[in-house]
Amino acid sequence: MDLSRFSKVSDYEWRVEPHGKMRVPAVIFASETLMRDMDEKVFEQVTNVATLPGIVKAAYAMPDAHWGYGFPIGGVAAFDADQGGVVSAGGVGFDISCGVRTLHTGLTLDDIEPVKQRLADTLFARVPAGVGSTGRIHLSAQEMDAMLKGGAQWAVKQGYGEAADLARIEENGCMADAAPHEVSDFAKRRQRDEVGTLGSGNHYLEVQRVMEIFDARIAQAYGLKVGDIVVSIHCGSRGLGHQIGTEFLKRMALSAKDYGIQLPDRELACAPIHSDIGQQYLGAMRAAINCALANRQVITHLTREAFAAVLPQAQLDLLYDVSHNTCKLETHVVDGVQRRLFVHRKGATRAFGPGRSDLPEQYRHVGQPVLIGGSMGTASYILAGCEESESHAFGSACHGAGRAMSRTQATKRWRGRELVDDLARHGILIRSPSLRGVAEEAPGAYKDVSEVVDAADHAGLARKVAKLAPLLCIKG
Amino acid sequence: MTHWEHFTHGADIGVRGIGNTLSEAFEQAALAMTAVICDPALVQATESVTVTCDAPDAEYLLADWLNRLVFEMATRHLLFSHFQVTIQGEQLTATAWGEPVEVARHQPAVEVKGATYTELKVAQTETGEWLAQCIVDV
Repeated sequence: MDLSRFSKVSDYEWRVEPHGKMRVPAVIFASETLMRDMDEKVFEQVTNVATLPGIVKAAYAMPDAHWGYGFPIGGVAAFDADQGGVVSAGGVGFDISCGVRTLHTGLTLDDIEPVKQRLADTLFARVPAGVGSTGRIHLSAQEMDAMLKGGAQWAVKQGYGEAADLARIEENGCMADAAPHEVSDFAKRRQRDEVGTLGSGNHYLEVQRVMEIFDARIAQAYGLKVGDIVVSIHCGSRGLGHQIGTEFLKRMALSAKDYGIQLPDRELACAPIHSDIGQQYLGAMRAAINCALANRQVITHLTREAFAAVLPQAQLDLLYDVSHNTCKLETHVVDGVQRRLFVHRKGATRAFGPGRSDLPEQYRHVGQPVLIGGSMGTASYILAGCEESESHAFGSACHGAGRAMSRTQATKRWRGRELVDDLARHGILIRSPSLRGVAEEAPGAYKDVSEVVDAADHAGLARKVAKLAPLLCIKG
Repeated sequence: MTHWEHFTHGADIGVRGIGNTLSEAFEQAALAMTAVICDPALVQATESVTVTCDAPDAEYLLADWLNRLVFEMATRHLLFSHFQVTIQGEQLTATAWGEPVEVARHQPAVEVKGATYTELKVAQTETGEWLAQCIVDV
């Protein structure tokens, strides 16, 4: 990306002053190296977001920002409903509430090594992954609405997981004000057999080892120490979220002119929060958040079953569950004034600092766990929201590595079988229904997540707490 | 010359259909979408699904068509390899032929989540061919 259009605020903050139709500045948090490597499209997209009505303070992009749909992936923007603010289907994305959850196991490498193959096979057999896979749950219309209303709380009531899990999920596992009646029959039909499935693409379930601790105090609060084995699950709201995204994108794109909104890009489709379509989308999107929370909760249950079959001594307590494609109504202090804002995070993780009442009590003094997924076979990180993160981008941080090359390039360069064998030689077991899928998700096809995480830490978006290395990976 | 191709978009992939008519371009774009998932040559045409879509212009119609196929694939657990499209004004009527997903045989790499409006374009080229393209989210 050409840096001459930015003013450098600090080594990790780059700013574009408002020009043309921009209502606010655009700000990117990244190192100079990440900035130079960043897609030109990020500049175009983040400055486009800055033109939307009712936007507050600035349009932001995280260190892992890349070319997205309307919003950059890694984009954050907050809107004030009473100042004509909008909600954008493109600003949330297709995979609504896609996110990561991490579970403790109480195990060490010595427990895992002797049964690693069997654990991989058992997890792969029990957790449905890949194209066309269906779950063991088949929902009736009534059950579907209860799931969309109740999220992970619904799943726990159905016997999937434990009540103690709920306090460690954003929104206590249930997004308020979900409106299942705003979710179309098409969307519900796509979800009927998909609860408790991983999906495909970059979604995965990984067993990981804590390699390094960067902040002992926070790690202790999170219950992490070097050598611990944890499980991370990355997936979202499956077919239901995608269908809602698709339908509202069209409706918002077609109705924008009726609300006097000029869209610089159709993918920025949005509607005033105070409008019928805006309210309908918020209700449907919140139902999709619950769908994702229920999905990760059911997968957690299946994971516990798999561990119980192989390593009965394992205790899979939930560390935390974060979503990185959402729009949420939150309280933030802007220029000394407390305001209620609709914060869009597209490929960005909420990273609330210490003291927020939204956080579970045991983490409130250290800040929210921020779970950053790597790519298959590479490191993942756990960060913590810090006090500074509130003042930067409404308490938000990065979400992952981002691709460095396309799927087509990746399949030309790597063969799935060779990758699986090579990773196995490095002690990482891969289980996937599709070798082509493995090739497309090759570790080398992604950017180095360490650089992204370092930039987030230096920029003050979140603090580095722990580094995780994969031992086995179930790929969709 | 009627054909399909892929083009790159960071995390995702672009599908492009080229044909002598608008309908042919739409058929080829659908084939390009199947090729994102698996090799279309592996998909036999044993079952058919008929769909209709309405949209205010040809570009929205392309997105609707591909999204409708995404829906049919997801809910019927099918893959498609042959398409016959008829477009009249704002309305599309089509039949798609394919078969149920068999993971071991088809080796599907990835699900398509939806067709997007990014790089969405339907146009007639200088040589008279029709082009229909967009990025699909995977």
